Amino acid sequence: MRRTLPQLSNWLLVLPLFLFSAGIFVAPIALMLLRSVQDPELAAAFPRTAAELARWDGQDLPRPEAMSTFITELRGVRGTDRISFAANRLNADISGFRSMLLRTARMLPQADGGDAAETLRRIDARWGERSTWTAMRRASGPVTDYFLLAALDLQRDDDGAVAAVPAERAVFVGVFLRTLWVSILVTGFCLLLGYPLAYLLASLPARYANPLLVLVLIPFWTSVLVRTTAWIVLLQRDGLVNGLLRRIGLIEQPLTLIYNRTGVLIAMVHVLLPLMILPLYSVMKGIGRAPMLAAMSLGARPFEAFLRVYLPQSRAGIGAGCLLVFISALGYYVTPELIGGGGDQMISYFIAFYTNRTTNWGLAGALSLILLLATGLLYIAYARLSRATGPAR
Amino acid sequence: MSLPLAPVDRALRWGLITLCVTILAFLLVPVLAVIPLSFNAGSFLTYPLAGFSTRWYVDFYTSARWLPSLSNSLFIGSIATLIATLLGTAAALGLDRMGGIPRQVLNAVFLLPVVVPVVVIGSSLYALFARLGLTGSYLGLILAHALLGAPFVVITVAATLAGFDRSLLQAALSLGATPLEAFRRVTLPLILPGVVSGAIFAFATSFDEIVVTLFLAGPQQRTLPLQMFDGVREQISPAITAAATLLFLVSVGLVGVIELLRRRTERLRGAASSGS
Repeated sequence: MRRTLPQLSNWLLVLPLFLFSAGIFVAPIALMLLRSVQDPELAAAFPRTAAELARWDGQDLPRPEAMSTFITELRGVRGTDRISFAANRLNADISGFRSMLLRTARMLPQADGGDAAETLRRIDARWGERSTWTAMRRASGPVTDYFLLAALDLQRDDDGAVAAVPAERAVFVGVFLRTLWVSILVTGFCLLLGYPLAYLLASLPARYANPLLVLVLIPFWTSVLVRTTAWIVLLQRDGLVNGLLRRIGLIEQPLTLIYNRTGVLIAMVHVLLPLMILPLYSVMKGIGRAPMLAAMSLGARPFEAFLRVYLPQSRAGIGAGCLLVFISALGYYVTPELIGGGGDQMISYFIAFYTNRTTNWGLAGALSLILLLATGLLYIAYARLSRATGPAR
Repeated sequence: MSLPLAPVDRALRWGLITLCVTILAFLLVPVLAVIPLSFNAGSFLTYPLAGFSTRWYVDFYTSARWLPSLSNSLFIGSIATLIATLLGTAAALGLDRMGGIPRQVLNAVFLLPVVVPVVVIGSSLYALFARLGLTGSYLGLILAHALLGAPFVVITVAATLAGFDRSLLQAALSLGATPLEAFRRVTLPLILPGVVSGAIFAFATSFDEIVVTLFLAGPQQRTLPLQMFDGVREQISPAITAAATLLFLVSVGLVGVIELLRRRTERLRGAASSGS
């Protein structure tokens, strides 16, 4: 009893934040990721049609009974939210499906009569095509790989085989590559600028290094929006940078520095640079001056000593800083949205776009899943790196 | 440096110093360049200034959008900080006395909101809150901001606990203090710097938060960052430079407080270790 009581009180202390995180963080993300494999809209609007389509072998057209079931259910959901959600889902697969479905629902005759397939075909000839019905079958749920494939610019064709989407609809692989490339460039520039500064700071006595470190921390603490605003003011057509370059005669015409890749890179490097400097500095502080001085007393020139002694020892800091910057850059949203052009938007922009504007939560979930996987793997690498080097010092 | 340097190496050293001054300028000048512009009498965001004026601050103060957004930010930030600090401090205290796998797992869950891309958190919360009717509500926004701030409280309180001498607590208990008394009079004063820095981090996180806010805020919940976001996207009015200057001063103030707290803890620790 004496042992279990304090144990219990520890759990009670931890419990509130645990429940809070579970409800506000773990559960919503799990639901979002689940959405990437769920396909509930069509089955919610047309449950019996969905069941019929699941039994169909995908050859020719579904049975006439399936079609008349569909007509009955279509009549039942006319004008409701459910048909609208189902129409959106089908439209994501075949563009134009939304208007076809809604028009068909509007134009259905009041009473049953005659051939169901013929009735549908008279309203729209596409109801006589196999691809219309295979698209419906693909969407009839409850589980689907449609969104995950779509996030990789893939789709299933009418026979169920995985194929590339037509070139004009392929966007996401390009977006992933762009996200990767921008993140690599930002990380590279941050290392180029951060390493010398961290090196100098680590080599200075504390009474100089500490105030300088505060100068690094101030921009780190300044709101991202303040910094983004600052860069827009600076980089715009008549901004400070262009004015300065013109006054010293380097350029005649103002450069376009904003709403393009250049602006995104400049602003992102500025925002993420402190994340590179801080881990580098803490590792370099641990190395100290002794190894360099030892190498130099053995006859190495300072630059040589730096290359052969110091640089290898600072590898852990380089790794930690680069991973930190790279992970942050991968998920970056605000700066590219405000400073980038249409061709500079990264994966986060599309997650927000499909969540807010088109409410395609399945696709948003699939893109989130890929981003989370990439971030998670890199973070594990980061954790191992900092564990391997942390306590040793 | 006692070793004599060859001219080439001295040149390298000066090259390094010049480079570092340039990099520091790159970090600081953009932020600092906005401040004079906020006092510009003209309405263009360019140098040279047309004269000194506080009209953009008057604009900020009198506009129907800026001041309400500031009070929204302060309101949401304070409540979110309160929640994050209470939950985070309790969790750090509990974690400190746990061990093994439960501790590692819980620690990971608590720190995860810092690692997961904010846009994923924002879109997931939007999908969930849309179903619960919490989008466009203060409650939803406060809960989300508390979630983002809590990890910082856990980290800072755990850090102060790591240097905490457990025998002090046992001494208090053996002298007849109840556990609650011992907590209030021994533990709390010692971890207070950690709690306060954690709270400041949490508040700064909320005060600066934009991504989750973009997803969850309705017209009633416009925060200062959201107002700036729209201001930047639509048409940059110089009033935004006044807002930016105010925000910048808040950040400098917060860095100052954190730095003071850090020095205080270091001093206390130094005194304790030299005394023992």
